[in-house]
Amino acid sequence: MNEPISLAVIEMRAATVGAMRDASLIILEDVNWSIAPGEFWVVAGQEHAGKSDLLMLAAGLMAPVAGSCKLFGSETRDFGEAELPERLRVGFVFQGGQLFNQLTIAENVALPLRYQKNLTAAETARPVELLLELLELKPFANSTPLNVPANWRRRAALGRALILKPEVLLLDNPQAGLAARHLQWWLRFLDQLGRGHEHFGGAPMTIVATADDLRPWKTGPRQFAFLRDKKFIPLGNWTTVESAGDPVVQELLTAAAGIT
Amino acid sequence: MRGDLAKAFELRNTPVFRRAPLPKSYSDFLGRKLFLFLLTIQGLGAFALITLGVMLKKLGVARSVMQPRTRHEINRSGVALLPMFIFVALALGFLVIGQTVSALARYGATNYLGSTMVIVVVRELGPLLTAMLVLARVGTANVIELGTARALGEVEALEALGIDPVHYLIVPRVIGMMAGIFSLTIYLIIGALASGYLFAFLQDVPLTPGDYFKQLLDSLDWLDFALLALKTIAFGFFIAIVTCYHGLAQPLRLEDVSRVAVRAVSQGVIVCVLVDAIFIVLYLVT
Repeated sequence: MNEPISLAVIEMRAATVGAMRDASLIILEDVNWSIAPGEFWVVAGQEHAGKSDLLMLAAGLMAPVAGSCKLFGSETRDFGEAELPERLRVGFVFQGGQLFNQLTIAENVALPLRYQKNLTAAETARPVELLLELLELKPFANSTPLNVPANWRRRAALGRALILKPEVLLLDNPQAGLAARHLQWWLRFLDQLGRGHEHFGGAPMTIVATADDLRPWKTGPRQFAFLRDKKFIPLGNWTTVESAGDPVVQELLTAAAGIT
Repeated sequence: MRGDLAKAFELRNTPVFRRAPLPKSYSDFLGRKLFLFLLTIQGLGAFALITLGVMLKKLGVARSVMQPRTRHEINRSGVALLPMFIFVALALGFLVIGQTVSALARYGATNYLGSTMVIVVVRELGPLLTAMLVLARVGTANVIELGTARALGEVEALEALGIDPVHYLIVPRVIGMMAGIFSLTIYLIIGALASGYLFAFLQDVPLTPGDYFKQLLDSLDWLDFALLALKTIAFGFFIAIVTCYHGLAQPLRLEDVSRVAVRAVSQGVIVCVLVDAIFIVLYLVT
């Protein structure tokens, strides 16, 4: 009998997640998770719960220690050069931004486009300018990351992830340490992306964000899950989160981290 | 015993292995050092092969990004070092070659001048000194830059963007260092031989410039040029591999970077001497 065709964008079955820095260290076990196109997931967990590693696995940046992880139906364990187009359908924003300090903000944002499409700086100038405008980053276009405030650096990292117009956006703790004004901007902008932003073709973007504080994510149609004791526990929508009696969830609902 | 040996090679996190307490007995201590040496050779060999593979496989990939990066590395490992090499060439000429020319003239052995210069300067001193200076100036910077990039997560960021870190970070450095060491060696040799004669001329050595350069040309054959090119390119390749390997191939914390830079330079010197020894054998055989 043929296996039923899955419509999931990202699908994990009995996946064991190792640490990015040392794959022999098990972070999460038996993860079963299916993300449908256009869904907006928030995965919460305390510090060192394995949020970043789970996101890395979902992005196909590392293979599961055991079990299966599929991205657009392809097993990430087998990812090689041939699967690069699949990988490029996913944008990834690191918690620290991880911008390249020797390049300017505009060059950082342009790099994926220039490298993947073999374009000159002049050829990428217009799309980069439009994206920087959208992210309100134009004043920092010619500054290097070290000369740009941390809140804006995070936005530049978002720009770099979005320049190739991905279908899936993975964000590692995007709200951590953000000033209130920036936090509101991020929530509003991610909601726009989730509904479909005209700059990115209007199709709803699938979004997965990790968080160490659930409160900012209250509004909007989002799915929630949390990590505890090496387990991935799906919760459902916000009503389920609020009614969950788990002490970790309660802590994540009262945590002061992330709001400054 | 065989199982333990296999396990030692399977260790993924060599820094942990390095930090393990030293065994008490002298033979165990030597054994552990030997394992570490073999692990390093294994790592360097694998890294060199991966880099070569990426160089060939991705020759025309992302040219608009890679060509400026390669030009920058050639400038950094070659053009930017030219003033220092002019100084070193003058110093080498005045201090070593000039005295050798004077000494040979004093004993009436100027007939051996050409072959002496070719052996000392063209075959040995020129390439090796260039390699050491480039290792000190650019190799150290390579380890620190790449180590810092690794510690700050820039390598993971490249992978997330679908950019091969070896292609983006290593290949331009390897090409830059091969081209840089090759070119600088030529300039160093020409500069040293010319300034050496100048020093001898100032000491009234009875040797015309025509005779001096004719002797040099007569002592050189096509093999010297071919092996000089091969040797300098090999120096460039291996210095780049050793320094990039230590900076990039292992997960690092910021505080590890300086220690790794020292280790990379020491291993770079050893690799250069080994490559030089191989070429000495080649000279002797041919």
